[in-house]
Amino acid sequence: MKILVLESSGLVASVAVVTEEKLIGEYTTNFKKTHSQTLLPMMDTLLKMIGIPVQEMDAIAVSGGPGSFTGLRIGSATAKGLGLALSIPIISVPTVDAIAYNLCGTDAVVCPLMDARRNQTYTGLYTFDGDQMKCISGQKAVMLGEIIDEINQLGRKVIFLGDGVPVFKPYIEEHIQVPHSYAPIHLSQQRAGALGALALQYYHEGKYESAAEHQPDYLRLSQAERELAAKKGQEKA
Amino acid sequence: MDKDVLILAIESSCDETAAAVVKNGRDVLSNIIYSQIELHKLYGGVVPEIASRKHIEKINPVITAALDEANVTLEDIDAIAVTYGPGLVGALLVGVAEAKAISYAANKPLVPVHHIEGHISANYIENKDLEPPFLCMVVSGGHTHLVLVKDYGQYEIVGRTHDDAAGEAFDKVARAIGLGYPGGPKVDKLAKEGNSDAITFPKAHIQGAPLDFSFSGVKSAVLNYLNECHMKNIEVNRADVAASFQKAIVDVIVEHTMKAAKEYHIKKVALAGGVASNSALRGAMEEACSRRNIQFYRPSPLLCTDNAAMIGAAGYYDYMNGKRAGLDLNAVPNLKIGEKA
Repeated sequence: MKILVLESSGLVASVAVVTEEKLIGEYTTNFKKTHSQTLLPMMDTLLKMIGIPVQEMDAIAVSGGPGSFTGLRIGSATAKGLGLALSIPIISVPTVDAIAYNLCGTDAVVCPLMDARRNQTYTGLYTFDGDQMKCISGQKAVMLGEIIDEINQLGRKVIFLGDGVPVFKPYIEEHIQVPHSYAPIHLSQQRAGALGALALQYYHEGKYESAAEHQPDYLRLSQAERELAAKKGQEKA
Repeated sequence: MDKDVLILAIESSCDETAAAVVKNGRDVLSNIIYSQIELHKLYGGVVPEIASRKHIEKINPVITAALDEANVTLEDIDAIAVTYGPGLVGALLVGVAEAKAISYAANKPLVPVHHIEGHISANYIENKDLEPPFLCMVVSGGHTHLVLVKDYGQYEIVGRTHDDAAGEAFDKVARAIGLGYPGGPKVDKLAKEGNSDAITFPKAHIQGAPLDFSFSGVKSAVLNYLNECHMKNIEVNRADVAASFQKAIVDVIVEHTMKAAKEYHIKKVALAGGVASNSALRGAMEEACSRRNIQFYRPSPLLCTDNAAMIGAAGYYDYMNGKRAGLDLNAVPNLKIGEKA
């Protein structure tokens, strides 16, 4: 079972190939170059390096959202194109879950924080039992204050990670009431390896879809839809 | 010709998700278009984020349908052609990422295609005898270009708009007289009931650039006229406004095209783009051409709107000319005609 993993939900571009036994290769970059220019060349480099042609893959795993709308779609369209050409399924792994899985094994509560702009964060709360991840609070888009309140009520040690950490740290430090720490840089961002490890579990649980069916879960409507809904709400009121 | 060349073409630059299989640049084996227009009507225009989301949802079924209808598999395809600009960046990226992935996994060359060059090439599909050089007037919601097609894949813009695209002016005027979106077909229909000489709207010419266009003036003149009528409590004859406005636009387009044909000694003129299906424009251009003994070409209305068959036609000639894109191909929202990938 070989899974090709694509992660382009944020600034990070990351690709990996995983099997049940090992992470055969992973290639991660984190700098401002569009995923349209990086993702496929990185994938090609990785596959050539490990000597496995893409035609030998059994499934494509992709970061299923939330994240940058455009970033998600580049990953999604790439996965869908590969899936279509190779007739293999897509395993869509929730982005926040995959980030949390970076810290698999910890006894603390894990809280990924993605910067969702407009003072919001894509986040969730997770714990681990061995390599099994348990979800206390599933991935969602909320105001930062909401998730910090939730953590304070939980009253347990927490580790923060994700690209939202540098942005939200001042607020966290001011409002957090439980022991907490921040993941080191190599674990703090999206990693195709972690996404792939989780994708293997998904696959064995039968959680995959056809390339035609797959689309990102944005967790958020487009601005135009939000404004239209707000307008309709006002008219009703 | 030794062997047939099959191109799988993908187009997602605006609000149509489209795929087609085209043989030797001229024969359309399939042409699948998923139009999102109903979705965007709600907002009075195309919403980029909604368009991009819809593209992701529809792109695989559309491509599969194109292959199925052409009765071919990916193996039979010689190259993948994809629109990489101009257009909405988020929308373009869906097609570009998808095409790159298919090209990589199926081991087929990738040909980057310019959207407008696609519109021009729609003429090859229905006019099997058409060969360059010819002059093509490209008119759509986003573009107004008078293009000299020197050879396959060789384009020179000889006239362009300095402000609004012709189709944009149609949309804005349509909105002003309460016709809604998309304005072009609605103005065209209503204009048939009106008198095109009822109101004189200005026909703008650009000093020092006799083949260029400006449509914001005529649009403003219509808005001013409507405003004036409103102030004076005069009832507006919307059909007359539509007909007179349309005439102002059509006259300038035809006049400049004829001027260019004379200047470049061209005896073949073609229309392309969404506004090319406007009946008044077709009629006027055809008549002007026949008076000057110029051969007139135009695609059918289906091929005037955004579609992938036209990308397959343009892509075929680009493919034969050796044009290829790498895995790092990006969407270029304001791509110029004739620019290299």
